[in-house]
Amino acid sequence: MSRSDDKRNEHFIDTAPFDPWDREELTAAQEKYYLASQWQLIWWRLKRHRLAYVSLIILAIMYASVFIVEILAPYAQETRNSEYIHHQPQAIHLFHDGKFVGPFTYGTDFSIDMETLKPIYTPSDSRIEKIRFFCSGDPYEFWGLFEADFHVMCPAEDGTLFLLGTDRLGRDMLSRMIYGARVSLTIGLVGIAVSFILGILIGGAAGYYGGWVDATAQRLIEVIRSMPEIPLWMALSAALPVTWSPVLIYFGITIILGLIDWTGLARAVRSKLLALREEDYALAARLMGAKPKRIIARHLLPNFASHLIASVTLSIPNMILGETALSFLGLGLRAPVTSWGVLLNEAQNINAVAVYPWLMLPVVPVVIVVLAFNFLGDGLRDAADPYKN
Amino acid sequence: MLTFLARRLFVMMPTLFFISVLVFVIIQLPPGDFLSTYLNELQAQGEAVDPAKIAFLKQQYGLDQPIWQQYFDWAWGLLHGDLGFSFEYNLPVTEVVGDRLWLSVVLNFSTVLFIYIVSFPIGIYSATRQYSWGDYGFTLLGFLGLAMPNFLFALILLYYANVVFGTSIGGLMDPEFINQGWSFAKVMSVAEHLWAPVLVIGTSGTASMIRRLRANLLDELSKQYVVTAHAKGLSPVRVLFKYPLRMALNPFIADIGNILPQVVSGSVLVSVVMSLPTTGPMLLAALQSQDMYLAGSFLMFLALLTVVGMFVSDLLLAWLDPRIRLQGGVSQ
Repeated sequence: MSRSDDKRNEHFIDTAPFDPWDREELTAAQEKYYLASQWQLIWWRLKRHRLAYVSLIILAIMYASVFIVEILAPYAQETRNSEYIHHQPQAIHLFHDGKFVGPFTYGTDFSIDMETLKPIYTPSDSRIEKIRFFCSGDPYEFWGLFEADFHVMCPAEDGTLFLLGTDRLGRDMLSRMIYGARVSLTIGLVGIAVSFILGILIGGAAGYYGGWVDATAQRLIEVIRSMPEIPLWMALSAALPVTWSPVLIYFGITIILGLIDWTGLARAVRSKLLALREEDYALAARLMGAKPKRIIARHLLPNFASHLIASVTLSIPNMILGETALSFLGLGLRAPVTSWGVLLNEAQNINAVAVYPWLMLPVVPVVIVVLAFNFLGDGLRDAADPYKN
Repeated sequence: MLTFLARRLFVMMPTLFFISVLVFVIIQLPPGDFLSTYLNELQAQGEAVDPAKIAFLKQQYGLDQPIWQQYFDWAWGLLHGDLGFSFEYNLPVTEVVGDRLWLSVVLNFSTVLFIYIVSFPIGIYSATRQYSWGDYGFTLLGFLGLAMPNFLFALILLYYANVVFGTSIGGLMDPEFINQGWSFAKVMSVAEHLWAPVLVIGTSGTASMIRRLRANLLDELSKQYVVTAHAKGLSPVRVLFKYPLRMALNPFIADIGNILPQVVSGSVLVSVVMSLPTTGPMLLAALQSQDMYLAGSFLMFLALLTVVGMFVSDLLLAWLDPRIRLQGGVSQ
């Protein structure tokens, strides 16, 4: 053996003095990161998920606008412009004859196509109808509380402003869609609240207690899941009394949607609890005399709350689509109430597709909201996963 | 394995019993019954209704008996394979359902196939090329299909198929074949009409399928055995197909339980819009007119399919995965 071979066995020894009390200094950013709570970490990770973040902002804006639909809509909900039935969407112009005028629309002249009996509105090239902003227009009752007539945007005096056209009664589509948002957006939230409460209570009890509680809950879930969704919806909503007021019907529908939706959540909660209750900290809590309610709510639930929120976010769009489906079948909300489903119900004949395609525009907000919720839910799920860096 | 089988079979019985009660309750929930609807219709047409006739009809339909008696008569019949009698069609339920059932099976089976054929390659592609443009593009496309209300998509497709191709794609066959016996020409006609509803129903299903396959496969691909396989020099294709893909398929097998009833009754809304002669619109009409035995027996049939489907998928999973076999149940 030569000396050069022995060298391999030599260890590297740092000759610099070693100070046992020396501690690694954290930068401010690192310290902030290490001390952050779970929710803060989720929030930071969510912000990095570009698509989810944008979706969150879009949804926040839409839900914020739900509070002030009366102000945002250029017309009141039921204003009928009987001279402008099935008016096509009007374009906004800025320049007239090369001169800057500000946003305006051209007034239209009515004629009728004698062959198809379709009303034709031809924009005149001289009548300028300037859009007014922050103005007083159609009177309405704000939240049914007090009368007001303030709008963000209204048509010119004696002018028209049908940015998305009008329906068969001459009602402005844009205004109806804005009003419809109030019902369609909240119906998912109320429904999900019902299903969330049911899912956590039943799934939690099943997962924590096990035994016959679990067996019963499992059978119940299996029975409900064995039924196809649409007949369940149909039967339950057909059971809602016809005499109910639209508001009651609205709550009835949300509760139905929630009653059918909770099973998935309950299964998730149950399986998580089954795994988590065997953890050491759950045992420790039990040994220290904590009651089941406290152990579940205080120790186990926070462990997967973020996952729950993600899965809930993913099921809200189902509710919104469910409402449109029910309303389409004529089993959901009915006419005086305006929701996107009700609006689409009016667009369901082939006539609407062929002659008045703007009647199908309410599908645009439906698609946007469903997409946004899906992206947000995806982002939340990724952000809530602690094993992802 | 035998104990597992026995336990699983035993559990099915109470489930089926509860489902039958639930089905019956659901049908009874809306106020009134078929006879009152029928009488209202007669009166609306200005016909005088003889009380004796009412009593006779009531007795014939068994509507004069207490609810629980009606339930037991129905359940007893079901156990003996007698699905009951449809009030509306004046025919045994089996005959009403007959042809529609087969068309539904053809339609929905093609849809399921379509979903699998489209979503499997895309899911695998998205997982292996995560965050690529293709991944984003396909995901967006899938989500658009998910977000678009089915019935509206059907309407639009109906219109444009008519304008662009000049064909009517409503229905499942050319009008001259309706109520005709089965012939080669009729089969071809059905095949010609099938693509539109399959496309409409399929688009909404592919998104979730792609998502799930992608997520499952990504989970598997980040595991150590995959790294080992790569390190040992296996070809990338073999590494993908040998284990990770198989593991990622588990949830799909668990899904068979939900697919079976879908194959029979799925797509109610689309069938209504495109006026397809499937079971969906029939069920809808039966529920609305409270045609008790038609709706009830058909719902029960669907539920039975679900329960059997779940049983089959449990068996398959247990056969594939010893962990489930030993624990005695699918844990999700």
